[in-house]
Amino acid sequence: MASKTLYSQRDPSLKKRDDFEDILEERRNSSDLRYALRCYTPVLYKGMTPCKTTILKTIVLQSDQLHHVINQVAKETGEASDIIQEEAVNILEEMAHRLQLSTIRFFAFTLSKAFKTLFQSVRVNEEGIQRLQQAIQEHPVVLLPSHRSYIDFLIMSYILYTYDLALPVIAAGMDFLGMKFIGEMLRMSGAFFIRRSFGGDKLYWAVFSEYVKTMLRNGYAPIEFFLEGTRSRTCKSLTPKLGLLNIVMEPFFKGEVFDVSLVPISISYERVLEETLYARELLGVPKPKESTSGLLKARRILSEDYGSIHVYFGQPVSVRSLAQGRINRSQYNLVPRYIPRKPSEETQGFVNDTAFKLVRKQEENMVLRPWVLIAAILMQNLDGIDSVLLTEQTAWLRGLAQAFGAFLDWPGQEPVGKVVSSSLSLHHGLVRVAGGRVQLAQELQETASPKEALFNHAVCVLSCASYRNQILHVFLRPALLALAMDTAATSRKDDVYSSFVYLRNVFSNEFILCPGAMVQDFEEACYLLMKCGAVQILKQDIVVTERGQPILSFLSGMLEPFLQGYQVVCRYFSEEVSEDLAEKQYIPSVRSFAVKCILSDSIRCYEALSSDLQKNALAALLRMNALRKVKVADQATLKVNKMAVKMLEDTLGGKVPAQKPVLARL
Amino acid sequence: MASNCSERQRIAQQRLKIIAGHIQKDEDGEPTRIFANNCKGEDADKHSSSTTTMPKRRQEIMKWNGWGYSDSRFLFNKKGQAEFTGKRYRLSGMILPSLKDWFEGTFGASLQHKTPAVPSLNSSSVQPPTLNEDFIQDLKTTGIQYSHEAEDRIFRAHGHCLHEIFALREGKFGRVPDMVAWPSCHDDVVKIVELASKHNVCLIPYGGGTSVSSALECPPEETRSIVSLDTSQMNRILWIDEKNLTAHVEAGIIGQALESALNESGYCTGHEPDSMEFSSLGGWVATRASGMKKNIYGNIEDLVIHIKMVTPRGVIEKSCQGPRMSTGPDIHHFILGSEGTLGVITEVTMKIRPIPEYQKYGSVVFPNFEQGVACLREVAKQRCAPASIRLMDNAQFQFGHALKPQVSSIFTSFLDGLKKFYITKFKGFDPHRLCVATLLFEGDRERVLQHEKQVYDIAAKFGGLAAGEDNGQRGYMLTFVIAYLRDLGMDYYVIGESFETSVPWDRVLDLCRNVKERIVRECKEKGVQFPPLSTCRVTQTYDAGACVYFYFAFNYRGLGDPVHVYEQVEHAAREEILANGGSLSHHHGVGKLRKQWMQESISNVGMGMLKSVKEYVDPDNIFGNRNLL
Ligand SMILES: Cc1cc2nc3c(=O)[nH]c(=O)nc-3n(C[C@H](O)[C@H](O)[C@H](O)COP(=O)(O)OP(=O)(O)OC[C@H]3O[C@@H](n4cnc5c(N)ncnc54)[C@H](O)[C@@H]3O)c2cc1C
Repeated sequence: MASKTLYSQRDPSLKKRDDFEDILEERRNSSDLRYALRCYTPVLYKGMTPCKTTILKTIVLQSDQLHHVINQVAKETGEASDIIQEEAVNILEEMAHRLQLSTIRFFAFTLSKAFKTLFQSVRVNEEGIQRLQQAIQEHPVVLLPSHRSYIDFLIMSYILYTYDLALPVIAAGMDFLGMKFIGEMLRMSGAFFIRRSFGGDKLYWAVFSEYVKTMLRNGYAPIEFFLEGTRSRTCKSLTPKLGLLNIVMEPFFKGEVFDVSLVPISISYERVLEETLYARELLGVPKPKESTSGLLKARRILSEDYGSIHVYFGQPVSVRSLAQGRINRSQYNLVPRYIPRKPSEETQGFVNDTAFKLVRKQEENMVLRPWVLIAAILMQNLDGIDSVLLTEQTAWLRGLAQAFGAFLDWPGQEPVGKVVSSSLSLHHGLVRVAGGRVQLAQELQETASPKEALFNHAVCVLSCASYRNQILHVFLRPALLALAMDTAATSRKDDVYSSFVYLRNVFSNEFILCPGAMVQDFEEACYLLMKCGAVQILKQDIVVTERGQPILSFLSGMLEPFLQGYQVVCRYFSEEVSEDLAEKQYIPSVRSFAVKCILSDSIRCYEALSSDLQKNALAALLRMNALRKVKVADQATLKVNKMAVKMLEDTLGGKVPAQKPVLARL
Repeated sequence: MASNCSERQRIAQQRLKIIAGHIQKDEDGEPTRIFANNCKGEDADKHSSSTTTMPKRRQEIMKWNGWGYSDSRFLFNKKGQAEFTGKRYRLSGMILPSLKDWFEGTFGASLQHKTPAVPSLNSSSVQPPTLNEDFIQDLKTTGIQYSHEAEDRIFRAHGHCLHEIFALREGKFGRVPDMVAWPSCHDDVVKIVELASKHNVCLIPYGGGTSVSSALECPPEETRSIVSLDTSQMNRILWIDEKNLTAHVEAGIIGQALESALNESGYCTGHEPDSMEFSSLGGWVATRASGMKKNIYGNIEDLVIHIKMVTPRGVIEKSCQGPRMSTGPDIHHFILGSEGTLGVITEVTMKIRPIPEYQKYGSVVFPNFEQGVACLREVAKQRCAPASIRLMDNAQFQFGHALKPQVSSIFTSFLDGLKKFYITKFKGFDPHRLCVATLLFEGDRERVLQHEKQVYDIAAKFGGLAAGEDNGQRGYMLTFVIAYLRDLGMDYYVIGESFETSVPWDRVLDLCRNVKERIVRECKEKGVQFPPLSTCRVTQTYDAGACVYFYFAFNYRGLGDPVHVYEQVEHAAREEILANGGSLSHHHGVGKLRKQWMQESISNVGMGMLKSVKEYVDPDNIFGNRNLL
């Protein structure tokens, strides 16, 4: 069953690394001011009709698309259409960017200063830049960076300016507008603002989508947005959001442009600025509202060393090529194109698959530093580990990661020990080295209650987990297979496969698993485990080799926290919830339950405290019909199917072998 | 009366000049004037007039392996200048000084690299005919002429698709008709069809042979004897009804003969497809043809009043000539576009019009194609389209320039230079973006001038500048010689073809851009070494959309199987057209070339309807050219 097709395409990691160029190097050697004021003449899209931001708005407001919706809304509400039109003008005013070169120059100057103090280097793959330059001229381009930090889009614009490439317009969340000054600055550097939720607001949707499509069709500028929708607090890629992707593909579906290039971009931080902030957020310390003063407080950050940033511009993906044979564009022939229509099922499926593909591209091109290997090991040794052993295991894991095609940035010839110790010192906030042992940091405050101590420790654990998470995608499929082999009733291939499929299904909100790609994923997993000699694939069975044991147990260990976390959630529903639960109580109350469990020492799984895991588990339970969501007295309420929850818990706990029929009966 | 008559003659004279103006040099230069014999079965009808006829042995005046008359062709002379030979056309005998540079520059072709056609038809490489002796015996008794000479058969084995001509130039012949028969009237056709049904012989109607849809190709799997039924000898105008302005005409008549014969009586049909020198009335009906001046006269379906068709089931026709009827689905529409699959169209009653008093050409230059399309759209909206209005994109504009003949007078070239300066510099038009529309107005003088003003006023709103009558006239003249150019290209590694579609107004620009780009991209992917010529024009306007015509050609040096590459690209271009809301065809028809898309074009039920008609009308598939379905 194993096939190699997926693997041959992966670039050998070394080659990729050699192509990176540090753009800060020049900044350290020449005037920032001159750099900020230099001549900027980017190449443009060949079909572009140059226009000012004001004209752009006029085009949107006069478009057939918008007119249609305005008239429709007017009819539905009984309001005069010029009032609705007025509303549209206001929405657009609130939304539109006002990209100005002078603001970009200001940022070019200040960011140069800031980046030089914050980061050792900002490395960019030059080949990707060249590809992008080519792509920009040929077709409208959509830039799709990963999202781990507020500064992602600053970095993006900074890089494009540096390489004399067209500056993007960027879809940003409205919350930035809370910070008056910064919001307007961002607007002038190309950000346009979208409300977080406008479900059902036809007019808003029309203005928004027409605005984006107009920029795309006219080749006004590359359009940038985050597929993941929001910053990932866990450093795991998030399930992609489809709204904007749908919008930018539509002009191709409708024949308004010949093609659209989607460029996945991976921004990897050696240390994320928001590191512990995220952990606190996940643990329920509410997210600070984005306010200017809040960001300014972040100046404290400036005194820290955040290592390097790698930015990998992936191969542009042609929507036309992807859609070949999947989308029948003539479906738009029979209705005027300005009438908005819900995308067909075929189209939705295609957009969804594309989104997953792109996120996987982002994952694959994430540059991984040695520290993530170390973090992965520490996460399986929460009590600490002998530093010699740590070095040994790091070397071992490095080999395994490379065999699995990880995009590792390993410092040249340095001995592993040195690499490990310098990683540890960069992340001194998270780890302590004492007496030859390496351990996660733990602030022991005399006065702290056990619960406070627990949370303090959990912050460290979740921070560390966020680094392990960065490399999860490399091990994910083999790890699922390792788990499946543990839980399957027999070693027969089809049993293992159904276990695999079961687990994959359970975790499909947790990790990026392309919908429907069960077989490919299974084959990939088999292939990788075979390649590293961990298993032998016989005619009927999959058997573990002798040297495979440690590999498999490490791999399943990697997923153990998730397995346990989901079991905690299941236990919560089966033990704590009588029958109904108001949805909004879910997070706080499952968290208390998890705290209780940890304190009573029944589990040691700090990740069960993470709201991310809790939400994902909830989504899984709903998807698998172990829970139902209903409206009771205007309140979203969860109804529990105890049997089903218990079954899931037992299966995850290995008490019952996972079988698809079982699932079906749930 | 007398003066009336001479007035009419005067107009007729003028009219003939006009047609000659865009087709031929002068009528007298026409070397072949063969008159049809009266149908043996009938007495000579007093009113019927015999007209210019295709000879039975077409190869005597026409190329057997290329377009048009044998005496007319493009070549590069010893000095390397392009030249058009012969005496028939206005361009004949002229030098085209810029064609070589354009040709070499556009295609990366070189006069050093030639790909000559095989010099003559080698009859021995034609498969011997499969003859149905019983059929022949019976046919002989009717006195209908026939032939099974290789040359006659080869000539009727093809239309003018690229692959067909390419194969001929290489001296390669596939399945060809086994016999050619020349009926000379409706009754002859009835006899042939009866005999064919009796002896199970396959019939393929043949009109002018200008098909560009593989409609005339013999299905290679056909094992019966195939008879090509050449209608060219059925070419009389049987009567003209001046009260109702109709003419009853035999379907084998070719376009230019029909027009010049009607002109003699002061009338015209106004149906002028670009192929009108060779294509036939029956062919037009069978393919749903469209003429350049349809804005005034209508397309073929608007022009026919009555059709007679001989089918294996018998003759189909309506019982009266009422101008419109509500008698269930219009049976004419089973015949129009039937592409020779149901029977032979033998006689047609067509609308005629008095020859217009006045004609005027014109042209407008637009800063870009988008503006040009917007202007055409507005013209259509105001329903004030001239007899013809065509908009060429920039590449075709440049091509048009390359076809300018050497000018004798210094003055004209000076003016030309000035005009170019005016357009490109003064008005700030970008020579790489501008595009040109050519116009033809017809009617009485006053109305034409009024109409002209209206159109130019609209054009001005879209940034269009009037660019003179000459440019316009040249544009139309070129449509008749352009087909000859392909043969020149084929002498130097360049192959190409045109194809068309119709599309709603709001998609015209998108479709043009996407199809052109698709062609360029496909060529690249298929290993074509030089960027292709990929260009288009909007050739007809309608209330709800337009007809778009594409030219596509490339240099095939370095390709193993150029025709296959060509076909793949054309296939991709058609897919692109369909994906962008264009139709499978505006007027070329489906034939066998575009058959694969019929189902998706007309739905399963639609296919079923057509199939059931075929099944009823021709259960034994006597008309077995296998077009359409
Ligand atoms: C250079 C060039 C320019 C052209 N320009 C135009 C144009 O402007 N507009 C346009 O509409 N087309 C154009 N065409 C296409 C072509 O001329 C038309 O399709 C034309 O109608 C074909 O007529 P024909 O007499 O040549 O038919 P043929 O090519 O002989 O036959 C075409 C089909 O009709 C059938 N057929 C022919 N006669 C009869 C009959 N009497 N009864 C039943 N079936 C019959 C044949 O079996 C065949 O399937 C052009 C072609 C070329 C090569």
